[in-house]
Amino acid sequence: MAGVRTIEEILKHTKDQFEITIFGSEPHPNYNRILLSKVLQGDTEVADITLNDWNWYEEHDIQLYTDETVVKVDSDKKVVVTDAGRVEPYDEVIVATGSVPFILPIPGADKEGVTAFRDIKDTEIMLKASKKYKKAAVIGGGLLGLEAARGLLNLGMEVNVIHLAPYLMERQLDPMAGKMLQTELEKQGMTFLLEKQTQEIFGEERVEGLRFSDGTEIEADLVVMAVGIKPNISLAVESGLEVNRGIVVNDYMQTNIPHVYAVGECAEHNGIPYGLVAPLYEQGKVLAKTVCGAKTEPYKGSILYTQLKVSGVEVFSAGDFTEGDDKKAVKVFDEQDSYYKKLVLRGNQIVGAVLFGDSSDGNRLVSMIQKQADISDTMKVSLLQPTGQEAGASLVASMSDDEIICGCNGVSKGAIVSAIQTQGCSSVDEIKACTSASRSCGGCKPLVAEVLQLTLGSSFDSKQQKEAICGCTTLSRDEVVEEIKAKGLSHVKEVMFVLDWKTAEGCSKCRPALNYYLGMVNPTGYEDEKESRFVNERMHANIQKDGTYSVVPRMYGGVTNANDLRRIADVVDKYEIPLVKVTGGQRIDLFGVKKDDLPNVWEDLDMPSGFAYGKSLRTVKTCVGEQFCRFGTQDSMGLGIQLEKKYEGLQTPHKVKMAVSACPRSCAESGFKDIGYIGIDGGWELYIGGNGGTHVRGGDLLYKVKTEEEVIEITSAYLQYYRETANYLERTSAWVDRVGLDHIREVLDDKEKRKELNARMDKALSVIEDPWKAIIEDKKLKKELFETVVTS
Amino acid sequence: MVNKNISKVLIGSLQELPERLGKTFHVGNIEIAVFKLSNGTVRAIENRCPHKGGVLSEGIVSGDSVFCPMHDWKICLEDGLVQAPDTGCVKTYSTVIEGEDVFLLIE
Repeated sequence: MAGVRTIEEILKHTKDQFEITIFGSEPHPNYNRILLSKVLQGDTEVADITLNDWNWYEEHDIQLYTDETVVKVDSDKKVVVTDAGRVEPYDEVIVATGSVPFILPIPGADKEGVTAFRDIKDTEIMLKASKKYKKAAVIGGGLLGLEAARGLLNLGMEVNVIHLAPYLMERQLDPMAGKMLQTELEKQGMTFLLEKQTQEIFGEERVEGLRFSDGTEIEADLVVMAVGIKPNISLAVESGLEVNRGIVVNDYMQTNIPHVYAVGECAEHNGIPYGLVAPLYEQGKVLAKTVCGAKTEPYKGSILYTQLKVSGVEVFSAGDFTEGDDKKAVKVFDEQDSYYKKLVLRGNQIVGAVLFGDSSDGNRLVSMIQKQADISDTMKVSLLQPTGQEAGASLVASMSDDEIICGCNGVSKGAIVSAIQTQGCSSVDEIKACTSASRSCGGCKPLVAEVLQLTLGSSFDSKQQKEAICGCTTLSRDEVVEEIKAKGLSHVKEVMFVLDWKTAEGCSKCRPALNYYLGMVNPTGYEDEKESRFVNERMHANIQKDGTYSVVPRMYGGVTNANDLRRIADVVDKYEIPLVKVTGGQRIDLFGVKKDDLPNVWEDLDMPSGFAYGKSLRTVKTCVGEQFCRFGTQDSMGLGIQLEKKYEGLQTPHKVKMAVSACPRSCAESGFKDIGYIGIDGGWELYIGGNGGTHVRGGDLLYKVKTEEEVIEITSAYLQYYRETANYLERTSAWVDRVGLDHIREVLDDKEKRKELNARMDKALSVIEDPWKAIIEDKKLKKELFETVVTS
Repeated sequence: MVNKNISKVLIGSLQELPERLGKTFHVGNIEIAVFKLSNGTVRAIENRCPHKGGVLSEGIVSGDSVFCPMHDWKICLEDGLVQAPDTGCVKTYSTVIEGEDVFLLIE
């Protein structure tokens, strides 16, 4: 990887200064080693991880010899000699032999079924073993070991990970993050044996198990050694280059012999051999310029950072991340949402960081560490919070092309720039479709937008960046809704046909959106299209990862009674429901219900749907209020129940949560809801746009009112205005920020508008029926949606 | 109706299959998602997304593709190929329609 990357850099400087010859020991052109774990997991082919295929070598007139190893660089005669007996003269020679896996020198390491995890060959050995054998042991709980373990788990093997240190990935993580990672991976099915030293691999021909220094044993029929790598320096030694742990190079990647250079994992710079990708690429740039005789900044070493996703868990670390001596840490730990962030400071300077759970700040922190930024003017804790635009703007400009923008999908800035320049992408969505950047967690969306802005320069107008509903159309949400109204469109298919959709039947983004808009515009006339609903809203239950569902019956205001509880208990018994859990919204969730059982469960519960699956009113959380509480000034339960009964089943652009508290202590957490109500002496305060999710936002005080009638009137107007103007899947928190609190207040202050909004809301509410009941009574629907057919 | 290694399994009538929705069938140990597309053709695939094992029968159907309900991977029902930018493939099963009867061919 490092060698060919250097060649790519050289080709950027000069096309014909050199005749280039490359020798590789493996029988393939260069490939992205980092993605081997994906090949192992079976969702990628070797061809997909090839970085430069044969055509590329041909196009650039590069002579590539695969499956041929250079055995000596003869610097006196200026030739290299290969194991095939070839003698090739050179002017400049780059050694990029990478590293070799470290195989523990223990008895049995040469048995059948013991492998490293380094190249395509090893991957194939593991794939093959998984078809025949069940029990895998991975020695090494570092990055590579965990990726191998995840892959083997995917292949259906039982996986034991054996690790010498007391916690995982101790080179990249601190104990806290290491432990959190372990908990997460255990949930996924890995088993860990920590602080265990492997002493022997036993078995006949093939491995049968491992024995540890404490005398314990485990069974294993596949052993993957992933204890580490060491620079591959045999060629260098043979050729008389100066070596220490790696091939010693100076700031220009030159070895002690003129015209001989080393780059990548085999090289040692300033005492450090690097084993991660980013440094290799930084070295490649310096080396390319040196070889071409161009002026270059010296290579000054790299800030080490790791950003990776181990089976869906984001972890990140950079620089010097252990506190102690003169280094002090700032930490944020959220046990509930399982994330952890730590900054290590030396005086006013950030020297290291660890992130677990959400690594979207990683790029920014690396950049601050690299620039040795002074943070004395910043609130320390705010460094660990999501950035605003200002903080990121300079960052994107200063990033090099190989820096990763999208950590989830590994998309570099360069890849995004190239998608903009060569494939004509002109919006974040187009970039997403082209490169996958921002597609998974979406955390890097602002960065992608900035790359777009930077690349397009003056031709970029953020105001003109109207966001099309999806890739199937160029029309924005507002344009589509306008057309639906103007042309009286009444079916999803009709909208697509009349408005020239690029696809015949749309996609998973536009279909549900159009279905919502049509229903919003014409609540009494539109017939909801179940084919255009996400699974949860079609099935009126929440699908779980194993294909079962969860069921949440309505429990108005979080108030229940003996009859309801008894029925719930009976249902749990009758349908053998494996998990009953109290939700954060004060109701009861029944997990693990089989699809076929759903209608029967609903019928036996005989309670209305809680719409826990819907883009709809979810819960109205209440505190106990004046009925019992000595501080309560209002009847919070009463108002909560009234609100929930009025708006239950209402279709909204995204879910809507409410909370009613009887006094400013706000025990129902009214400040973090789409609408929160707080009782004060002689009235109510209404807060809007609160959110306790990914982007925490405190609600804004909208009004103070005296009576419950006013509360309802404003709630209706506010919710209806949200229904009519928000994008599908836009929470009120984002919507309030987009349209502005002042604007919303202006609309609601207008008595006439408020009345009209109320009238339209009442119309929308008039057609709502309980979906569970409707399904129970509709035999055909029940069969169509819920039946699983078993044939013999 | 066993024909060497291929068995032909009757799964119901064409009219009973909902259009543009998936239906789940258990044939022996295999779980199969069957879809009647808007052009009237019937397609069948293994009911398991290659990504994280999502049940494809509950996905949104568009043309000849289905979107996995778990993480929105788009899968072509004709050849089982996962669409870019994701990669992978699910097993497809041939279907035969004789009059009103719909059959699956299981190897």
